[in-house]
Amino acid sequence: MNLTLHVWRQKNAATKGAFVKYDARDISPDMSFLEMLDVINEELILQGQQPVAFDHDCREGICGTCGLMINGIAHGPERATTTCQLHMRHFKDGDTIYIEPWRAQAFPVIKDLVVDRSAFDRIIQAGGFVSVSTGSAPEANAMPVPKVSADQAMDAAACIGCGACVAACPNASAMLFTGAKIAHLGRLPQGQPERYERVVNMVEVMDKEGFGGCTNIGECSSACPKEISMDVIAWMNRDLLRATVAKGKQGSK
Amino acid sequence: MAIDTSVRPQTDTGRRTADFQSTTLDAKVPAGPIEDRWDTHRFNMKLVNPANKRKYTIIMVGSGLAGGSAAASLAELGYNVKCFCYQDSPRRAHSIAAQGGINAAKNYRNDGDSIYRLFYDTVKGGDFRSREANVYRLSQISVNIIDQCVAQGVPFAREYGGMLDNRSFGGAQVSRTFYARGQTGQQLLLGAYQALERQIGLGTVKMYPRTEMLDLVVVDGKAQGIVTRDMVTGKVESHAGDAVVLATGGYGNVFYLSTNAKGCNVTASWRAHRRGALFANPCYTQIHPTCIPVSGEHQSKLTLMSESLRNDGRIWVPVRKGDTRSPDQIPEGERDYYLERKYPSFGNLVPRDVASRNAKDVCDDGRGVGPGGLGVYLDFGDAIKRLGAKVVRDRYGNLFDMYERITGENPYEVPMRIYPAIHYTMGGLWVDYNLQSTIPGLYVIGEANFSDHGANRLGASALMQGLADGYFVLPYTIGDYLATLGPTKVTTAHSAFAEVEAAVNERTRQLLSINGQRTVDSFHRELGHIMWDYCGMARNDAGLKQALNRIPELRAEFWENVKVPGDGAELNQSLEKAGRVADFLELGELMCLDALHRTESCGGHFREESQTPEGEALRDDEHFAYVAAWQWNGVDRPPTLHREPLNFEYVHLTQRSYK
Ligand SMILES: Cc1cc2nc3c(=O)[nH]c(=O)nc-3n(C[C@H](O)[C@H](O)[C@H](O)COP(=O)(O)OP(=O)(O)OC[C@H]3O[C@@H](n4cnc5c(N)ncnc54)[C@H](O)[C@@H]3O)c2cc1C
Ligand code: FES
Repeated sequence: MNLTLHVWRQKNAATKGAFVKYDARDISPDMSFLEMLDVINEELILQGQQPVAFDHDCREGICGTCGLMINGIAHGPERATTTCQLHMRHFKDGDTIYIEPWRAQAFPVIKDLVVDRSAFDRIIQAGGFVSVSTGSAPEANAMPVPKVSADQAMDAAACIGCGACVAACPNASAMLFTGAKIAHLGRLPQGQPERYERVVNMVEVMDKEGFGGCTNIGECSSACPKEISMDVIAWMNRDLLRATVAKGKQGSK
Repeated sequence: MAIDTSVRPQTDTGRRTADFQSTTLDAKVPAGPIEDRWDTHRFNMKLVNPANKRKYTIIMVGSGLAGGSAAASLAELGYNVKCFCYQDSPRRAHSIAAQGGINAAKNYRNDGDSIYRLFYDTVKGGDFRSREANVYRLSQISVNIIDQCVAQGVPFAREYGGMLDNRSFGGAQVSRTFYARGQTGQQLLLGAYQALERQIGLGTVKMYPRTEMLDLVVVDGKAQGIVTRDMVTGKVESHAGDAVVLATGGYGNVFYLSTNAKGCNVTASWRAHRRGALFANPCYTQIHPTCIPVSGEHQSKLTLMSESLRNDGRIWVPVRKGDTRSPDQIPEGERDYYLERKYPSFGNLVPRDVASRNAKDVCDDGRGVGPGGLGVYLDFGDAIKRLGAKVVRDRYGNLFDMYERITGENPYEVPMRIYPAIHYTMGGLWVDYNLQSTIPGLYVIGEANFSDHGANRLGASALMQGLADGYFVLPYTIGDYLATLGPTKVTTAHSAFAEVEAAVNERTRQLLSINGQRTVDSFHRELGHIMWDYCGMARNDAGLKQALNRIPELRAEFWENVKVPGDGAELNQSLEKAGRVADFLELGELMCLDALHRTESCGGHFREESQTPEGEALRDDEHFAYVAAWQWNGVDRPPTLHREPLNFEYVHLTQRSYK
């Protein structure tokens, strides 16, 4: 099939970007979206032009590296599907497709469709871990974990850190991402000792990085390729409230 | 250890078989009963005074399971760590893609597992081409890994009583595999990543994402640093340290199409090889039987589906060549369930290498299905009749969804099509028992070393090995080296760094200035075809010689005719790829040479000349019970072969049989 693409091109962070139109010809419906871009790039290179820069690695929906706004939708039209797993059979011959990078103040554009998501790493640095140094762990089965808790922890831990939640949210909020880590660790006994300190520290960094607040729109969860539920945001808010109340009590002593 | 640097004249056989006055490598395996060796060794190793640890800088290249766990553990001990990865975050290393699980000899199921049994299975599974002492240590440490990961909050699958669940994996007779749904690698990597981020936050690790190592710096025979390129700004920079660790993963992408991530590469290992580190068993590659077949020339990578599918799916092809009827039109009597026919006792559950090779054979015979005839059916029709669609959905629903997402076909109605794909590389840089390469101060961990899997890796043991190396082996053995040496005086002001930087810059300049007619990908694809055809699932003398003629020609063309647009001082993905493909073009030749010299079949290396009358792999222990470690002598000059003899004191040599 043949398609018309409008691709965001931007030389670097300091330069202004713009859409550039490309014709994609003889695209097979069996190609993935990124393979379609590969075809465009091979042509551009042979014409002596710079190929379109985009991030990707595993191409199987698990590393969270890829991520494009496709006709205004994070990762495109298919539910629970990353850009690398989206196939061209979901488009029609003659379609026009707009391709943009994630748009968020906290994710500055590096080049073309590549953005800087290092703010996510800094949120994890603030507390998204259990402080257990190598060698100090007790026997694994010494502490039973109810199956339900383990399963719910896993639901939240499935986050791939792609940033689609931020890109989809009109407020560019990172609450789904942050909440997912807080809920993952908070649901497990191993995460209890640092539970309240963790939420306070992570939320503080999240705000400092320039992510917006949550107004319960739910775009994050529907864009999420791993279908992380908005419940994790409620969980995070509850923990944050308890943590601040506890802190307030301590302060008044 | 003395390394023979003499180069033999380039006679035809000399160039090809490269069997020179090789030396014997000393793996520094401690003496004594195998159960005590690691303990004794730990006691005998020197310790670095805790107060002095911060005076040492360790350079960690890679932040996957191996590098991430090692960087975090070393920083916890008090060392200064500089950690590098090419992705935008350490959380994205390709370890993230592992699905099935991780082995450990916990014996939670009371089904007869033990450290010794895991050791035995791994040595045997590796087709007797691994080092017993390393494998024993790996089995011992396996239990600590699970403890560590659980404490970090890795959400492993649990039973209703709250205890950890296990499953049997890859044909093992005991249930020793721990898993987190189909995302075990992801969860283990996130555990290591979180431990690493904690140290980054504490300032003990400095992380360099989107930074690629392009060369190793060796000063007075010791590894003292690396030269990197910042992939955003293009800046080429030197980093000095007391030791360098490579944790840079496998080189399966030499085949272009593989289940590896697009960025997986051999550059770090290859550059170290060129600076003196021996490369061991490069021809040992693992081919996974249940991958989604290629759909056309545009294909950029292959996707693996868990081999658990073979528990209920039946593999078949039409009896008749060139039968183009749709599968539902082919009556039972005209189907060949070839694995069930040839291996009545194991049937569809034969090991990975056997299943893969047989798929290739029926396709070579003109009976393959799907585009290009490169596929076989994996049919759930009988399973659905027997168990009902619901049970099948419960067991394999997510895999069926993934298959449908990629192929657009519904496997509940139409049989799946599968084909083998390159999945894992057992070969890698040679390391001794301490995980040190032949360059003092250069350590290699995870898939990047040649390590513990011999000629064939068992399912769920790569995650185990990466984490064993990173959490529990390297932190000890590197301390011994550092304590013996004392803090280095070498800084990036040393002239060696300027020289290596100049070489790196010159190579970049060259790649950018060729301005030829072909893209990097077109060269990579062509190399991949050569490797797959001649150094893939089955290898023979004539084919390997043909590959050894074609690869140098392709490499020469690359350096005259590749087109890399843009410049070096910016994010330039074509340039990144060009550097990696240039290294693959050298590695591919070494792989073929290694495969040519090893005239036996073993594990993932099937030499057609060496098979039993029934067509099974035939080892030649008398001549090949050794690790082949190759020394670089320059492009277009034959490498020198060094051998590490393998002794089997505990597990007795036997031939595998699955009839
Ligand atoms: C699809 C798939 C499924 C698998 N399933 C299983 C399984 O179920 N069980 C199992 O045990 N094993 C499995 N394996 C194998 C296992 O996942 C890998 O062998 C293992 O994760 C490798 O870990 P690593 O740390 O050595 O390398 P990687 O995770 O690949 O990490 C390599 C690191 O090195 C960095 N790097 C590479 N080159 C450079 C450079 N030049 N400069 C700077 N940084 C660099 C990368 O950025 C990355 O951080 C699977 C593999 C695949 C592909
Ligand atoms: S490239 Fe890894 S999730 Fe898309």
